[in-house]
Amino acid sequence: MPISESKPCKTGSACADSKMTGLSTPHDFDSLVQADRVHGSLYTDETVFQRELEKIWYRSWVYVGHVSEVPKPHDFAMKSIGPQAVIMTRDQAGEVHLLLNRCPHRGNEVCVEARGSRASFTCPYHGWTFNNNGSLRGFSFPDGYAGVERRELGLGRVARMSIYRGFVFGSFAVAGLTLEESLGGACAAIDRLVETSPEGEIEITAGFLGHRTKANWKFVVENETDGYHPQFVHASIFSVAKSGIGDLYGDQSRAVARDLGHGHTENDLRPEFRRLNTPLGWFGTTAARLPDYTARMQGAYGADKARQIMIDGTPHIMIFPNLFIAEIQIFVIQPLAVDHTIQHVTALQFKGAPDLNRRLRQQTMGSVGPAGLLLADDSAMYERTQRGVHSRNPEWNYLGRGKHRERRDDAGYLIGDATDEVTSRGIWRHYRELMATP
Amino acid sequence: MNGAFDWVLLREVEQFLYHEARLQDDHEYAAWEALWTADGVYWIPANDDDIDPDHQMSIVYDNRSRIALRIKQLCTGKRLAQTPRSRLRRVMSNIVILEHGEAEIKVTANALIFESNRREDLVWATRTEYLLRREPAGFRMARKKVMLVNNDKPLPSLSFLI
Repeated sequence: MPISESKPCKTGSACADSKMTGLSTPHDFDSLVQADRVHGSLYTDETVFQRELEKIWYRSWVYVGHVSEVPKPHDFAMKSIGPQAVIMTRDQAGEVHLLLNRCPHRGNEVCVEARGSRASFTCPYHGWTFNNNGSLRGFSFPDGYAGVERRELGLGRVARMSIYRGFVFGSFAVAGLTLEESLGGACAAIDRLVETSPEGEIEITAGFLGHRTKANWKFVVENETDGYHPQFVHASIFSVAKSGIGDLYGDQSRAVARDLGHGHTENDLRPEFRRLNTPLGWFGTTAARLPDYTARMQGAYGADKARQIMIDGTPHIMIFPNLFIAEIQIFVIQPLAVDHTIQHVTALQFKGAPDLNRRLRQQTMGSVGPAGLLLADDSAMYERTQRGVHSRNPEWNYLGRGKHRERRDDAGYLIGDATDEVTSRGIWRHYRELMATP
Repeated sequence: MNGAFDWVLLREVEQFLYHEARLQDDHEYAAWEALWTADGVYWIPANDDDIDPDHQMSIVYDNRSRIALRIKQLCTGKRLAQTPRSRLRRVMSNIVILEHGEAEIKVTANALIFESNRREDLVWATRTEYLLRREPAGFRMARKKVMLVNNDKPLPSLSFLI
């Protein structure tokens, strides 16, 4: 079919296609995001990306960092919300702040270090100095500012900051759902994650790998809980490494794909791990090989509960829009442009579990980041899909897998089989709601 | 440099590094793997050149068995990040012998690597430290530490042998 020929309208009543040409026409997200398909322009249209920044990244709760990255007073770490830099600081009193890296005088960056310890930040341009809680400590040559109210000239900050179990989130919206309301069913997954530590806490202390990909951020988000791709994209490593991952995402797997609402989705692998019924089987090892960890877990939770935690393993959950907890590591997704995304990834570290942590770092370094035996291949798929969706026929990506067997679990969440696209559909349902908001 | 400089040793080292570079450029995976000692460590630090690899994330920190796994994966022909393979040419220079004893030689070298893949054409710049060991068949790599100039920034996929 010649490229110029228009595609026949298949939607019946209202043909959406006419609305998709021309950037001056407002986007109709109810037409662009349908029950089992999404329009390719959502990954390529610059004006859609700009709207996403306004309606999603600068409005929703977005994961910024973890309290363990700024363990002591005066520590800071450079983080981000979308393309905006955010300085996560801990002040003298121990409070965490999310500050913006923009001097309120002429807009210069006040911090160019990735992390460190500072009681104050001095703008190198004209010497204004800010406390690490964001307040203006002083101007240079202050007699030039007679009558000026210092309180109004502090560093900008993310409007709301909230911490759940050490995970620090920020929202640029001054009002809206609380973090807990927004996390909803994802709270239970985080609760479960921290219980993998005998002290009930995780730590982010191993430093991040930054992996850039020339693809839209939503390809990354969708892939994280796409249980259909591992057998294909990762066939090369599954065929040579002893890994149980492949079987978890086979068509015989009892694992469940779940839409937790608010755009959060997970691959619940517990049914498979419970079938295996081996403590630490989720991590490809045994209690005998990590005796110190096993003893500490038993001491902390009692033998029965420790055994259950160690059988169930950690969650595989994509917390919309940017925190992917992937059993042994976390990815923080940062969109920079419509076709440019960075994944910041590091090993999860469980407080009080040094022997487990060592293995977590080794496994993470092998599998993810730019040279990862898994992630370099995912990234190749992101980049190829980004190029692919520029083709105009078909205009849609089809996300109908398992729609006929979608069902509700006891908690009322939509679930599907391990390889079903119930997760992608859930992500897009939430996306459509956010993007259609005036 | 004290006393008589060992030009023959430098030439030997250079030839080894050029050979290793060519095997990488040409995706001669098995021949490249054979250049490692049994205890070889292949290390590409992230975020700085001198991090503690036992506690901080590196881009690559492979012991000998993981080097073997990396090569096995490439040899499947289904490593999607290398299907099709990157086209590569690298220039090695600034080769300096830092230390040498009877059995082991520590060498530093710079490289500029041009990679052409399906995404883009790009240049990687590195300084690499090698610990070479004399074995009956010639030099073997006991350690290779590749310090990317831009290892403090997010990087695109690095799926070829660097």
